[in-house]
Amino acid sequence: MQTSVLEKATSEKGHCSTVLELNVRNHPGVMTHICGLFARRAYNVEGIACMPLGTGTTSRAWLLINEDERLEQVVKQVEKLQDVLEVRRHAGGHAVFENLGPFFRP
Amino acid sequence: MFRMTGAEVLIRLLERQGIQTIPGIPGGANLPIYDALSRSPVIRHVLARHEQGAGFMAQGMARVTGRPQVFFATSGPGATNTLTALADAKLDSVPVICITGQVPRSMIGTDAFQEVDIYGMSIPATKHNFLVRCVEELVQIIPEAFRIAASGRPGPVLVDIPKDVQTAEIDISSWPDPGLAEAPKAVAMQDVENAARMINTAERPMFYLGGGVIQSGASALARTFAEKAGLPTVMTLMGLGGIPSGHPLSLGMLGMHAAPCANLALEECDLLIAAGVRFDDRATGKVEEFCPGAKIIHMDIDPAELGKIRPAHQALVGDVGQALQALIPRLEARNRGPWLERVRTLKTDHPMRLSGSENPRSGYGVVLEAARLAGPQAVVATDVGQHQMRAAQAYPFDTPRRWLTSGGLGTMGFGLPAAIGAALARPDLPVICFSGDGSLLMNIQEMATAVEQGVNVKIVLTNNNALGLVRQQQQLFYEGNLFASDYGYAVDFLRIAQGFGMQTLNLDQSADPSGDLERIFNEPGPGLIHLTVDAGDNVYPMVPPGAANSEMIEGEEHADVCA
Ligand SMILES: Cc1ncc(C[n+]2csc(CCOP(=O)(O)OP(=O)(O)O)c2C)c(N)n1
Ligand SMILES: [Mg+2]
Repeated sequence: MQTSVLEKATSEKGHCSTVLELNVRNHPGVMTHICGLFARRAYNVEGIACMPLGTGTTSRAWLLINEDERLEQVVKQVEKLQDVLEVRRHAGGHAVFENLGPFFRP
Repeated sequence: MFRMTGAEVLIRLLERQGIQTIPGIPGGANLPIYDALSRSPVIRHVLARHEQGAGFMAQGMARVTGRPQVFFATSGPGATNTLTALADAKLDSVPVICITGQVPRSMIGTDAFQEVDIYGMSIPATKHNFLVRCVEELVQIIPEAFRIAASGRPGPVLVDIPKDVQTAEIDISSWPDPGLAEAPKAVAMQDVENAARMINTAERPMFYLGGGVIQSGASALARTFAEKAGLPTVMTLMGLGGIPSGHPLSLGMLGMHAAPCANLALEECDLLIAAGVRFDDRATGKVEEFCPGAKIIHMDIDPAELGKIRPAHQALVGDVGQALQALIPRLEARNRGPWLERVRTLKTDHPMRLSGSENPRSGYGVVLEAARLAGPQAVVATDVGQHQMRAAQAYPFDTPRRWLTSGGLGTMGFGLPAAIGAALARPDLPVICFSGDGSLLMNIQEMATAVEQGVNVKIVLTNNNALGLVRQQQQLFYEGNLFASDYGYAVDFLRIAQGFGMQTLNLDQSADPSGDLERIFNEPGPGLIHLTVDAGDNVYPMVPPGAANSEMIEGEEHADVCA
């Protein structure tokens, strides 16, 4: 509950969204490790897309989040995860979520 | 080529990592591991009485040796019992590896007997964790667990091994290399140059040293650095021992229960050189008002610590020892006479007051007397509370890796098992455990382990029949509304300890406290020293939680004893 209130307050202030592009090891626990970092900070992940790459030993995960003052810290924490091999930031969004738009009509 | 079970592979890999002692408790889901362990010619098992105790023993071993240590627990309740010890290790960056048994793979997710999702539960309490999915994976995961625990900022790792992975067979033709700490990334030289320039031009620099300095084995460098640049030095609770307490540049601990001179000097500094610290609120007080006029140099191996609480004017990312090593030759001889003179004045005018310290039957006196009897080599473990803060304030720290205290998590019950672990790893050193009546009851069952193992641990219990530090906060900040912080019944710790088979000394009834203390300290093996103290005897100074360090409350005027 609290998360959504907080989220609303920040988006009303006109904060824009950021997309994180992660290369990760592909195993059953990796998404929990990543999402846990956000959940613990009451920092909502607005969108997630994840698919294996090539032979499937690694995956690419895309996270859509609202920018706020915790972003720097949470990105550093994501970078610290053992199963996260690389983190790229796309300030202002990324086509990956725009292209998913048609699948998310109410 | 050898054919072995997963359990045998595990034990062999642990032997190859140099593991000699494993505390733990067996149960249904880790019995194959125990069966294999029973045949190890090198690893000694220490049967703990609670898995949290086993975890803190492993921590004690890791904190004194600086090397990763292992503990065992079974699935379900055994595994959940490890969580506090893991969370504690996470916050204090201690390399321990917890190996839990899990129900067989086919039963995972069925609510099988003693099945819990310890993998999921331990994610936020560990640096990393593994659920081993097959025996082939196990061979990779064990060295990997050691590498992760020891590399960069150390931390706890959990490895959950299903029972059928423990019994599965595998052909091994060659062993993987043991997992070791990776070499840290080099500190950027431009950053070092900038930092050196800031230090060389500062008028009133201070050195703020934390557990990272101990972890990196950089205490000697820190001392050289402080001496060469003429830096008044404060230490965090975790950094105590980084520079000897008696060093002329040392102002002891900073923060909530610091000597007033330490917090006052920080108020006046124009440059704060922070090494291996994380700007914890117990150290900084209200962070906006911490070192208000100072520029900040912050060195740490964990990039996420830089800028987390307080932005640095110059960050040095990397091993603190390497950073100090690079800085030392760049320090210019500066005459900081007026600043050092000012700090000396603060030290004389606002020293730490240790009331009653000449009396071995006082809270401070017993710390000093125990220190004298145990000698400068001793390992000192503590529980959490007033007794812990008194030890932090009064103990004459001399050597790094000899002070074991639960800094980040503040876990009551840490002291006794951590002390046992330290004694197991360093049987050549005397070990003191300063404890309180509340804390001691939280892992008192490990007295049985202490007696069984014959470890040389002397518990110094200052008994106020109260949760003293909580009571103190109620007295000071809740209008004296003492609630749930005094015990209604006083247990007889001496008889309890005797029941466990320990030698005891009741200082309350001793006609010759110093002589009796000396006798029990000279007696090898575990012992309990009991002293009644007044529950109303608060620890001062104290910065109210959330207040600035300048707002410390000083206790009644006591006789000055030491600076
Ligand atoms: C496991 C745990 N529970 C609760 C607390 C909160 N707490 C902090 S200090 C303290 C009192 C400790 O009492 P005792 O061990 O007797 O030490 P004293 O302060 O009396 O010296 C409590 C309850 C804690 N730190 N750890
Ligand atoms: Mg007490």
